[in-house]
Amino acid sequence: MNRSPLDWALRLAVVAVVAFLVLPAVVVVIAGFNDRAILTFPPQAFSLKWFERALTYDDFRHGFRNGLIVMLWASSIALTVGAAFAYALHRYDFALKHVLESVLMSSLIIPHFTIGLGLLMLASQMGFGRTFAVVVFCHVVIVLPFVIRSVYISLQNLDQRLELAAASLGAPPWKVLVTIVLPLLAPGLISGWLFAAILSFNEFTGSLFVTSQATQTLPVAMYNYVREYADPTLAALSAIYIVITATLLTVANFYLGLGKVLNVDHAH
Amino acid sequence: MSTMLTNTQHLAPAAQSSSRRNTPAVKIDGVSKAFGDTTALHEAWLTVEKGEFLTLLGPSGCGKTTILNLIAGFLESDRGEIFIDGVPITDEPAYRRDVGIVFQNYALFPHMTVAKNVGYGLKMRGVPKAEIAQRVREALELVKLPGYGDRKPRELSGGQQQRVALARALVIRPKVLLLDEPFSALDKNLRSAMQVELKQIQRRLGVSTVFVTHDQSEALSMSDRIAVMSAGMIRQIGSPTEIYRQPTDRFVASFVGDTNVFQAERRSPSTVSVGGVTVGVRSTDVYDPTAEPVADLFVRPEDLAVADAGTPGTLAGRVTAKVYQGGYTDLYMETPFAEGSVMARLNGQDAVARWPDGANVGLVLPASAGVAFSASRDAG
Repeated sequence: MNRSPLDWALRLAVVAVVAFLVLPAVVVVIAGFNDRAILTFPPQAFSLKWFERALTYDDFRHGFRNGLIVMLWASSIALTVGAAFAYALHRYDFALKHVLESVLMSSLIIPHFTIGLGLLMLASQMGFGRTFAVVVFCHVVIVLPFVIRSVYISLQNLDQRLELAAASLGAPPWKVLVTIVLPLLAPGLISGWLFAAILSFNEFTGSLFVTSQATQTLPVAMYNYVREYADPTLAALSAIYIVITATLLTVANFYLGLGKVLNVDHAH
Repeated sequence: MSTMLTNTQHLAPAAQSSSRRNTPAVKIDGVSKAFGDTTALHEAWLTVEKGEFLTLLGPSGCGKTTILNLIAGFLESDRGEIFIDGVPITDEPAYRRDVGIVFQNYALFPHMTVAKNVGYGLKMRGVPKAEIAQRVREALELVKLPGYGDRKPRELSGGQQQRVALARALVIRPKVLLLDEPFSALDKNLRSAMQVELKQIQRRLGVSTVFVTHDQSEALSMSDRIAVMSAGMIRQIGSPTEIYRQPTDRFVASFVGDTNVFQAERRSPSTVSVGGVTVGVRSTDVYDPTAEPVADLFVRPEDLAVADAGTPGTLAGRVTAKVYQGGYTDLYMETPFAEGSVMARLNGQDAVARWPDGANVGLVLPASAGVAFSASRDAG
């Protein structure tokens, strides 16, 4: 097959874009295997000792644990609250609906440090200090728009006549919810939760303001580390991070793909 | 045949054998519904007898689906009362109405197997598992899909999905079966086959049915009675023959079937004249004697005959087009006595050769086969 020059130019552009996106990650991951205590590229000799340090360093272990706790709480709360809001926004018309929509989506526009700073001031005014509750709240605010969007799209693909059919067959509203709505929304709910979890676990800017030494999440711990040391530990940690996130995203994508199949009820 | 009967016994509506044999299956008493400023339904009065197949026919937005949704309990009426089996159900939620519904897109639960879909209503009623399995099997046999229980809806064709939807609605032995344009998603051949089959099943089970459609031929061929609707109002209720032959309303006369409209003058309560030719009209009750002397005479194409030009007692006309349909020929003509063109449906092979385009002809009005309405120009 003959390829036109334009075709080749397009392929080159795609390769360039992919390289641009992937190269930094590749460089960092390779740097994590460096034998020496400085961040250089390419490494002269390879070693796994920075991975060992990343996994055993106390601040990282605590940060990982804290991040996990915050992630689980924040994504679960965001899912519950977000699904309820998405349902209300999708199914009902009410006064100030657009205002509510804008407020719920506002954390997409407002910088995370503003949210963090605001919450820090609010929390100390109210005497909460920098507790886990405040960190979780901060993350809920930040991930909520993504959960709402994800559930809203699933709701749009959900034929309302299925609920009517179920009702006419004798199902009271809570049974319609349990046997029809939730199973059909499951892919959207799961992917929304996973997306929220990944965002929460990676969130840094907002967390920087609302965490303390006791509640700092992994990204904050990493930031504090890099201010003191410049060895390849962070590069090793980044590699671990990438693997975990990629795994979660693959799972999420699996459910999103599945969702498309489940939401299509026309076989022809 | 005897096995067929035992098989369908379970599906026969329970109410049929009750003491309320003469109670209508559905009674709609002066029900109105508005959406904001738009009146969707204006004081509808309607009864569906036990075992009757009643069709709500009308163009989109006429209020027919609103009636269906009101019976099913998907909408609340603003005024009036609805009875199912003699019991007022206006305040009952949809899930306590014992109504079976088949939607245009079938609305099968995509995450459940065919058997689970069909058995859903029974499960909600707390029927024991063994009985559910038995009744689901019977229902699938009824719609000629035995052995399809383990499939998913998406593995089925459109026609098969519709059968499943029908089985799902019938298996709960509904007091009334509601059909919301169930054939419009099927291609033409499958549609006629399904129409015949649905009608057979409906007869065999004796289930009271309300069928919503905008397709007049579907309505004429399937119904015991038809309620023709437009603009939120029921215009006429009657048998298919009455609706077609004796429309009591301008809208009904022009919406159901093809028709020609002649400009006529009132002669007596039962006669009108067109261009000096006086003919009798069938529906005299619709004729308002206090109105202006002008009237519109509606004549079906098959009631119109064509003769040689100049024949006494005919109206002058000229052939503009012919459409050969095999069994009959549609002959289009223009005449000063009608608005727009006039069409005669002629049997026989010679019509094509006998009336060439442009030929002058004499239109023969039927002696008493037309219906007349006061000439109001706000028709429809």
